[in-house]
Amino acid sequence: MPEPQSGVEVPLTPSFWDPSTPVVVCQQVSVRYGKNWALQDVTAEFHPGAVGLLGPNGAGKSTLIKTLLGFVKPDKGRMTVIGMDVAVQPLDIRARIGYMPESDAHIPGMNAVSFVAYCGQLSGLPVADAMQRAHEVLYYVGLGEARYRNVETYSTGMKQRIKLAQALVHDPDLLFLDEPTNGMDPKGRDEMLELIRDLAHNKGVNLILSSHLLPDVEFTCDRVVVMDKGSIAAAGPIEALKGPAGRVYELRIKGDNGAFTAVLRREGYECHDTDDDVMRVFVPGTLDEGPRVLFQLAAREGAQIRHLRPSVPTLEDVFARAVGEV
Amino acid sequence: MPIHDQGYRRYLGSRGAIGKSWQVITRAGIRTVLSKRSFIALMLLAWSPFVVRAVQVYVASNFQQASFLAPKAETFREFLGQQGLFVFFVTIYIGAGLIANDRRANALQVYLSKPLTRAEYVAGKLAILFFFLVSVTWLPAIMLLLVQIMFAGSLGFLRQNIFLIPAITLFSLLQVLVASMTMLALSSMSKSSRFVGVMYAGLIFFTAAMFQALRGITGRSSFAWLSPTDTLEQLGNYVFRLDPVYDLHPAVAVLTVVTLVAGSAWILERRVRGIEVVQ
Repeated sequence: MPEPQSGVEVPLTPSFWDPSTPVVVCQQVSVRYGKNWALQDVTAEFHPGAVGLLGPNGAGKSTLIKTLLGFVKPDKGRMTVIGMDVAVQPLDIRARIGYMPESDAHIPGMNAVSFVAYCGQLSGLPVADAMQRAHEVLYYVGLGEARYRNVETYSTGMKQRIKLAQALVHDPDLLFLDEPTNGMDPKGRDEMLELIRDLAHNKGVNLILSSHLLPDVEFTCDRVVVMDKGSIAAAGPIEALKGPAGRVYELRIKGDNGAFTAVLRREGYECHDTDDDVMRVFVPGTLDEGPRVLFQLAAREGAQIRHLRPSVPTLEDVFARAVGEV
Repeated sequence: MPIHDQGYRRYLGSRGAIGKSWQVITRAGIRTVLSKRSFIALMLLAWSPFVVRAVQVYVASNFQQASFLAPKAETFREFLGQQGLFVFFVTIYIGAGLIANDRRANALQVYLSKPLTRAEYVAGKLAILFFFLVSVTWLPAIMLLLVQIMFAGSLGFLRQNIFLIPAITLFSLLQVLVASMTMLALSSMSKSSRFVGVMYAGLIFFTAAMFQALRGITGRSSFAWLSPTDTLEQLGNYVFRLDPVYDLHPAVAVLTVVTLVAGSAWILERRVRGIEVVQ
């Protein structure tokens, strides 16, 4: 149980918002920049927990986040964030969310602790609480030792961390993270992803992670919304989108490929040949049954299995399918 | 299990009402400016005319031979006119980077992702400039009036010139409003505070030069509206019930000031945004 800090207790979330309902709801949202539609009839729900917002560059991910923040007014459609209408209560929403922008962003001329405390005060925290939270959050993101340094002297990785700290200082109910691992070295990237995962899974912070890096989303998020050309291409739990693991096998045999494929199909298995004499077989049932079934069939037909590997669908497959690359 | 978790904790304390964040911006801005020694030096310099005038009032009040130095209503108008120089320097020193530096550091999207409207952001920045400009115009002028009362030992001068309090207030506010709105608008147009400073100085000198050139060519001073400085001069004389300097109708002078302020507000509305949309 966390220790309450000083001041009058207020509910963490608006009383009218049911935490089991989606944190963000978009209904037919369209945004146009000049003649180009950045978002077209976007209808999506972002459930509590960690949700990845995936899509290639120009898909409309950042525009969607900026529209939810109220930076951009949609040409049509309605959006709610933690139960509040973006068009009606933008300030109440911004008091409850944290935003980590994609590009470098800081208040010039401040050291890290002053900057983060200042952001806390801008979000409505009393001066003393903001300063206390700034120290805590800077330690949490790994900048404890560098917190009295001017932000302008920070490396790219440190700037990413301080952007996360300023988004966290007022303890938001929902975090928008726009490409949080941009420009980070592999170690820093891993640490950042661990932080994000910890926030979502252990600290109860809902977050929407916008990224084009599939491994980042796969590591940190439970659900994903895939965008392409300003529209929603796919949405749902990552595991459900990937399908049940271990049921598709890559198989190469010594012998007549065509005959064995025909046997597999006759037995009711979905089977596809690929270009390099490897066939992909879908075996319904649990993970362990596939190899046994295939070896039994091969033995019965006199075929020799030279290669057998479960083909685990990745988020990359989901993404490629969703944006029509396969 | 650790006895104290140094990791992330939920915050259960109080939160302030929405709509007061501009005060946070102003307080932080004032603190930042006051931490600069060069600015303190500029402020001391800006208050030196006050010291000189205070000595003048003291001498006039205490030595019969120096009664010709006794302050009149126009002394306060002259004083505020002199302070115009410091208004110029303080405006450039503080104002040039107010929004330009935020634009350079992409800070606008940080500010506007907090419970803060664009108007509140501008109000917070404007209040910083307002605070320091008032402290080199209205504050020393009013203090000079108090010094006069103190050294004279009577309210006679004030009773005879009671209009001085609203006149000082109105003219100071006009000076401060025009300078701060113009500078803030210019500051929102660039990411370089140096460039903004040069633009502001250029605007003041170029418009004044243009007016003087037209005056020289046509022999008329009705073009004073071209120069914000000269327009304010004219308005200052009206406010202090003095003879006008130029052949410029007060309505035209007021219209010039309103246009300048409204134009600056329009620029700020266009430039202070969470994102830049390139169409």
